[in-house]
Amino acid sequence: MSSEHVDEISGVTTTGHEWDGIKELNNPLPRWWVITFYITIAWALAYTIAYPAWPMLSSATKGALGFSSRNDVKNEMAAAEAAKAKYVTAIKSKTVSEIAADDTLREFAVAAGGAAFKVNCVQCHGSGAQGSTDFPNLNDDDWLWGGKTEQIEQTITHGIRFPPDADTRQSEMPAFADVLKPGQVAQVSAFVVSLSGPVRDKSLIEPGAKVFADNCAACHGENAKGNRDIGAPDLTDAIWLHGSGEAAIASQVRAPKSGVMPAWVGRLGETTVKELAVYVHSLGGGE
Amino acid sequence: MLNQSQVERLDAEAVNSAKTRQPLYAARKKIFPKRASGRFRRFKWLVMAITLGIYYLTPWLRWYRGPFAPDQAVLIDLANRRFYFFFIEIWPQEFYYVAGLLMMAGVGLFLITSTVGRAWCGYTCPQTVWVDLFLVVEGAIEGDRIARMELDAAPWSVCKLFLRITKHAVWLVIAVVTGGAWIFYFADAPKLLGEVVAGTAAPVAYATIAVLTGTTYVFGGLVREQVCTYMCPWPRIQAAMLDENSLTVTYNDWRGEPRSRHAKKALAAGLPAGDCVDCNACVAVCPMGIDIRYGQQLECITCALCIDACDGVMDKLGRERGLISYATLADYNANMAVATAGGVSPVSPALVRTAGGTFVEGLTHFHRGKIFRLRTYIYLGAWSAIGLVLVYSLLTRERLELNVLHDRNPQFVTLSDGSIRNGYTVKLLNMIPEPRTIKVMLQGLEGGEMSIVGVDQPPSRSFPIAVEPDRLKVLKVFVRQPTDRIKEPAQSFEFRIEDQASSEAAEYTASFNAPEKSK
Repeated sequence: MSSEHVDEISGVTTTGHEWDGIKELNNPLPRWWVITFYITIAWALAYTIAYPAWPMLSSATKGALGFSSRNDVKNEMAAAEAAKAKYVTAIKSKTVSEIAADDTLREFAVAAGGAAFKVNCVQCHGSGAQGSTDFPNLNDDDWLWGGKTEQIEQTITHGIRFPPDADTRQSEMPAFADVLKPGQVAQVSAFVVSLSGPVRDKSLIEPGAKVFADNCAACHGENAKGNRDIGAPDLTDAIWLHGSGEAAIASQVRAPKSGVMPAWVGRLGETTVKELAVYVHSLGGGE
Repeated sequence: MLNQSQVERLDAEAVNSAKTRQPLYAARKKIFPKRASGRFRRFKWLVMAITLGIYYLTPWLRWYRGPFAPDQAVLIDLANRRFYFFFIEIWPQEFYYVAGLLMMAGVGLFLITSTVGRAWCGYTCPQTVWVDLFLVVEGAIEGDRIARMELDAAPWSVCKLFLRITKHAVWLVIAVVTGGAWIFYFADAPKLLGEVVAGTAAPVAYATIAVLTGTTYVFGGLVREQVCTYMCPWPRIQAAMLDENSLTVTYNDWRGEPRSRHAKKALAAGLPAGDCVDCNACVAVCPMGIDIRYGQQLECITCALCIDACDGVMDKLGRERGLISYATLADYNANMAVATAGGVSPVSPALVRTAGGTFVEGLTHFHRGKIFRLRTYIYLGAWSAIGLVLVYSLLTRERLELNVLHDRNPQFVTLSDGSIRNGYTVKLLNMIPEPRTIKVMLQGLEGGEMSIVGVDQPPSRSFPIAVEPDRLKVLKVFVRQPTDRIKEPAQSFEFRIEDQASSEAAEYTASFNAPEKSK
């Protein structure tokens, strides 16, 4: 070691390198530091051998431990399925009412049903199940085909006006454009609106009531409370699937719109349908 | 013919030639600290006993909280997200208490460092305490400094092997106990000890013991002072917090120099001689392997053992203690100015001592008053303020809380009778370890009534709800209001909860939404 490379202030030797008068002191590292550094290098090398790392022509090396993040996901999913298994088994073997009555099962079914709803039902019923014109709101207490858990299950299982399913809920309101005169349509619309709110021309109500009794009461009932066996809506309440007001009702009388809901059991299976039924029932309007 | 004058001579140097090549690393030079004795050593024993006692014994303290909560005085219950500290129970959302304590620790460090220097390093740092403990073991098995140096230099023999194995075995036992003590803070200590011994504890418990055993053994037994010198950021930070009025361990060369191993001969020869007899006692006891006489150094943890060593020597020589002493830089500079006649001459004992052998007037090792100054008071004020805020908020905190989340999708639902319904997720927090019946009520919202999912009771404005001890109860609440009572699209009202037994209550202002044209 030549004596000319010693820093005057610190008394430490320098490397002999100098930049603009700044010299590099040569303080050797502690031995443990150097050893640690070598260990990390060895560790890194061993790591690339143990785990997938080195890029080859078509793929990377597989690693000696056979690790794969895809397998990890598979295992985690399997573990999650296994954790759910006891609830799923219980749901399979019980009726929807029994599920709804059991706190733990209901909680599980509501969570699972909520997830299934987000995937399969929101396209029509909305992400909050709030529906929109022509698509029923599932939060409210008005049910065309019944709001008991079993009835909801039946609806989801077989659908509504869904021809491929033999057990689907079936009904069709005839078009009255050819049966009733335009004046009669206006009268019956005014009558129907008067059942739940004010109308513009009260003189239409009385003749409207007669038109209703002659043409509509067969399905909607004499008191216009509807008939759930055939999906005929209650016309006395504040909820209007196809729009409220005399114009919307007149339009529905002349040329009714009828929604279609597919049968879900074939696609989702009984368990998920049960979970969906419990979830929909839990939204606040269930009976 | 070669014309050498045409070849330019380059000013180059083979910096990596064997002749000038530097070593790649420096092997550690072993330190064999001699056992010191004196007041600071006694104080350190005391600090060591207290800190180790706190660490090992705290999890075993019991504190009865009733049948619904653990009875461990200090418990970090990660599984249930609860932290228990004697009479205090902290829920995760009250973590700001811990943040406040950390702030106090930070400001406290400023306070301590600005006054008494690196006292944390020298006395209470776990690294210092455990190294001290490991040195006790080393001394008991291998002897004091000279014996250890001889053993280290001796060739391997059965005796040396036996001593070494014994030492490392005891160290490992301490390390295991240290690592083991840590996990008891996170679960019921007696139960967990049984499980650990039986081999049925959770794998994370064994992994934690293994890791902490490893760090304790390596840092306390093998690496020791290198942790402080190379790994720890504290010395750098603390050095920045010292100023000229902070206490540091100081070699007072104004009275020590010129040092001489043969003071009597020197004096006889008419040469000046300071108090330092160059006995190296201060170097021998230093656990950091430094010589304090070179002045304040990064490595110095201010453990003050050199003060003890030097005081012992001064006592034998019949001189005043304090050749090495706690002193501030300001004191030291003032004394040096006297000893060197204002910096013009080398340190001269004649300027320091009177003819009678006492110090000249005005020379003191350090002035106590000076270490408390404006900076210190500001730190103390900030530290106390944070502490008072924490204590105040702890004493006045609520143990019954209410959170309400309004359903956003849908915001409201029109029901068949025309009334409007809103949904809410209501969370009742019963933060005491006793079951309670909480009355949930509506305030405002004329004509509004609520129903609660899973509670079999007709719609009402008030529900009694049973809440488990120390638990959160989540309720799905539907509130409905008749159309003719709806005043505006967004009405404000309150959920109120009351514990009638303790008269505790909480309110939450929520909003009730209705369509723009509700008629």
